[in-house]
Amino acid sequence: MDVFVSYTIYGLFFGAAYAIAASGLVLTYTTTRVFNLAHGATSMVAAFVFWQLHVDKGMPTWAAILLVLFVFAPLYGIVLERLVMRRVSDAPVGVMLVMTLGLFLFLIGIAQQIWPSNTSKYRYVTQFFGTKSFPVFGVQMYYHYLITIIAAAACAAGLYVMLNRTRIGTAMRAAVDNRELLQLFGANSNRVSILSWIIGSQMAAVAGILLVAKTGLDYYQLTFLVINAFAAAMLGRLRSLPFTYLGSILLGLAIGYSQYVHGSELLENGLQFALPTLMLFLILIFVPEVRLRVGQVKGVLAANVPSARRALTTGVVFFFLALFVTELLNPTNTLRFGEALVFGITMLSLVLLTGYGGYVSLSQLTFVGVGAAVVCKFNTSSPVAILVAVLITAGVGAAVALPVLRLTGLYLALATMAFGQLMDYLVFNASFMFGFGGKINAKRVSLFGYDFSDTTSYVALELAVFVLLGLGLLTIRRGAVGRLLIALRDSPAACATLGLNQRWFRVAVFSVSAGVAGLAGALMAGLQGYAAPGDYKEFQSLPLLLAAAVAGITTVSGAFAGGLLLMLLPVLAATSTALSGLEFLVLGGGAILLARDPNGLVNLFYRGMRAVVPRMPVPGWVTQRAASAPKPAEVDGEEDEDLDEIPEAQVAGHGVA
Amino acid sequence: MTQVEHDHNHNHAAPRSAPPILELINVHAAYGRIEVLRGVDLTVPRGAVLALLGANGAGKTTLLRVISGLMEPTEGDIHLGGMHVSGASPDALTRAGVTMVPEGRGVFPNLTVEENLWLGSYSGRHVDKILTEAYHRFPRLKERRRQLAGSLSGGEQQMLSLARALAADPALLLLDELSMGLAPLIVESLYDRVAEIAEQGVSILVVEQFASSALRVADYAAVMHGGRVVATGEPDEIESVLTELYFGGTA
Ligand SMILES: Nc1ncnc2c1ncn2[C@@H]1O[C@H](COP(=O)(O)OP(=O)(O)OP(=O)(O)O)[C@@H](O)[C@H]1O
Ligand SMILES: [Mg+2]
Repeated sequence: MDVFVSYTIYGLFFGAAYAIAASGLVLTYTTTRVFNLAHGATSMVAAFVFWQLHVDKGMPTWAAILLVLFVFAPLYGIVLERLVMRRVSDAPVGVMLVMTLGLFLFLIGIAQQIWPSNTSKYRYVTQFFGTKSFPVFGVQMYYHYLITIIAAAACAAGLYVMLNRTRIGTAMRAAVDNRELLQLFGANSNRVSILSWIIGSQMAAVAGILLVAKTGLDYYQLTFLVINAFAAAMLGRLRSLPFTYLGSILLGLAIGYSQYVHGSELLENGLQFALPTLMLFLILIFVPEVRLRVGQVKGVLAANVPSARRALTTGVVFFFLALFVTELLNPTNTLRFGEALVFGITMLSLVLLTGYGGYVSLSQLTFVGVGAAVVCKFNTSSPVAILVAVLITAGVGAAVALPVLRLTGLYLALATMAFGQLMDYLVFNASFMFGFGGKINAKRVSLFGYDFSDTTSYVALELAVFVLLGLGLLTIRRGAVGRLLIALRDSPAACATLGLNQRWFRVAVFSVSAGVAGLAGALMAGLQGYAAPGDYKEFQSLPLLLAAAVAGITTVSGAFAGGLLLMLLPVLAATSTALSGLEFLVLGGGAILLARDPNGLVNLFYRGMRAVVPRMPVPGWVTQRAASAPKPAEVDGEEDEDLDEIPEAQVAGHGVA
Repeated sequence: MTQVEHDHNHNHAAPRSAPPILELINVHAAYGRIEVLRGVDLTVPRGAVLALLGANGAGKTTLLRVISGLMEPTEGDIHLGGMHVSGASPDALTRAGVTMVPEGRGVFPNLTVEENLWLGSYSGRHVDKILTEAYHRFPRLKERRRQLAGSLSGGEQQMLSLARALAADPALLLLDELSMGLAPLIVESLYDRVAEIAEQGVSILVVEQFASSALRVADYAAVMHGGRVVATGEPDEIESVLTELYFGGTA
């Protein structure tokens, strides 16, 4: 009985903290339609600020809380709205996800930069009132827990009153349907959305301050703990606050009662971590289908596709040029270049899925890990191992996508994230996967009797694979499948009338994309000679996606540049402690700045080149076109006509209903 | 941004010599680089009802969006009661007395009738006054005040949209295709209301594709074609122009 009560209290504490976090997320989503992946990162930064004021500067608790909630959080909310969210609110889902993901990493980068991890100074925040407690049903309940539960109740009441009983709250509910109309009513809709972001940030901050005593001050723990709130928010389908609260409490209790389970450490820890993710995954599978909205074409950017001949010549030239450069590299750098190419190949899988299809996967590196693991399991140099790895990964991809692809891109992205985390906790850490030491060896493939044991030759093999895949991708893009992908991305509702079975088509695309990632994994295992789960953590999929987006997720050349970027940044960051946040700052900041133009840096580069050498023939020259340009036939144009004539991308307003 | 003053409330019966309520001079507007308005000149006299007619895609909605501040003109001037207002924000214009009933349904479907009217108080008037007036004008809305606006019939939604627009006590009311998707009888009764509103001294710019109902209440009419106003005049003069445009096939 006592055990039951204490588990219940523990569960209610977490449930209450999740409820606060989740309702902040729901509030901003229902009022602005932006799903803020960085919500947890906001909690994390707020907790660090709280630590700085309270522990480091010795401010009294109440003063530090007031400063965080009523000075830091509002300022943060305003900056957030002005610099990021205002630009996202009418963007396609994929752009929104990449941008808030960029913010997510950017905040981690900021935290790493301002509060670098430092072994001599261990940072921690204790609970409110320390271990003071009072008896409840025969067990002691911390005041901290009581405060958390009261705070959750107060937030619920406050939100209810604000949304239903105040005019600004009503305006917040209205704004999401039609911002322009709200302005015609005479309200300043920017002010309305600023208020949403302020309150949302405050709630994230409250959750962060309440949870930090449990998680410790860590860049990731708190960030991901609040991501668990996604599961709760999803139970309310991101709309209903009561269901969000219910989901949070259920989740908290499940975590509390999971302490009944005893067994291996893997099981006990894994369960605690995996429960919310499992719940998220299950809810996603069971939420009803979202109705397609008509006329959602917004800010669509089309990359121009080079002709077959031009692609082929460019590919061949690129291959030999890169090979020549590889010959000049020292062994360390050859290995690094090989790694960059693996990233590049993984990014090709994102070009298909995200660049062409508009879907966002937050677990692409997990698929790479699956491919690597399979190859290692075979421990043979026969190319059959690679083939099997690709097939298995493609199958896993299909299995992940099948239950959720009927949903919108947001739900798919969250499902991939849940999948990646579950793989982290339950599969990659299990002894059957990477053995006990967490590392298994792989043999390099041999083809036609040639064994590629020399790293330079292996890199040449990777280069060949990259070029072939790139050419294949462009062929797909030029063909019927490519057109269909673009059409589906731009107007799913219109395609529903074509009689195409969209669901299977999407499953196929997702599966092919996963298969390509699996191929990258197979090559990675060969390159390194081993595979270890630490290299394929779910979290690492996020910088991968961002690097692709920053470099240019719609083009093959973007994938190559993205691979280099992702490889180089950690190398640079490692050169000095003053650069500890570099990778995430660059990728996160870059994504925030560039997400509106998914053609990325590569496009800017080509533009620059064109400005200097006007007639330079450029592979995959990328251009942007107006979303509602009334000349759809041109969008698929093969040759680059005089592109300077083409209008800049525009975000169409709500004028066409 | 141009500042707009809140001076409209009791100038409805201004003397004839006062500047027109709305004057557009050579207004251009574009979506991206696609120019849709190519030099519109149009004047709405104070207290008058002007019917703006034209075929699909003529640019009527775009013109109303420019007047109400939702779009910025790329060129040209907009004067409101003699004040230069190009570039003012839509909410400021609403508070200054230009309100629009947009094309489609100008209501928030997920709010109740009463909440919709409540938001009308952002125009600066007290909510009680708005509710009394709206329910007096449209008793149907009172019966449905707790119902979600999205669940109202099309005609009721237009009533709500009109009631909300009137909540601001406008000096100039912009109506975009009130008739869209409604049965002819309902359209007629809506236009009866428009006539009443006009009698109270509100200037109205009404856009319609199907001319007869709008011309019935209009003092003047104008025809748009290809992003310009190609004809203005008395309603009966305009009818012949329309016939030529619709059936004569002139470009
Ligand atoms: N958001 C937009 N982006 C690009 N072009 C647009 C947009 N909205 C309208 N247009 C174009 O502007 C032109 C004028 O449109 P507008 O809606 O003003 O016409 P309208 O006279 O109101 O037509 P209707 O009678 O059909 O309502 C049309 O050719 C239309 O295609
Ligand atoms: Mg129109």
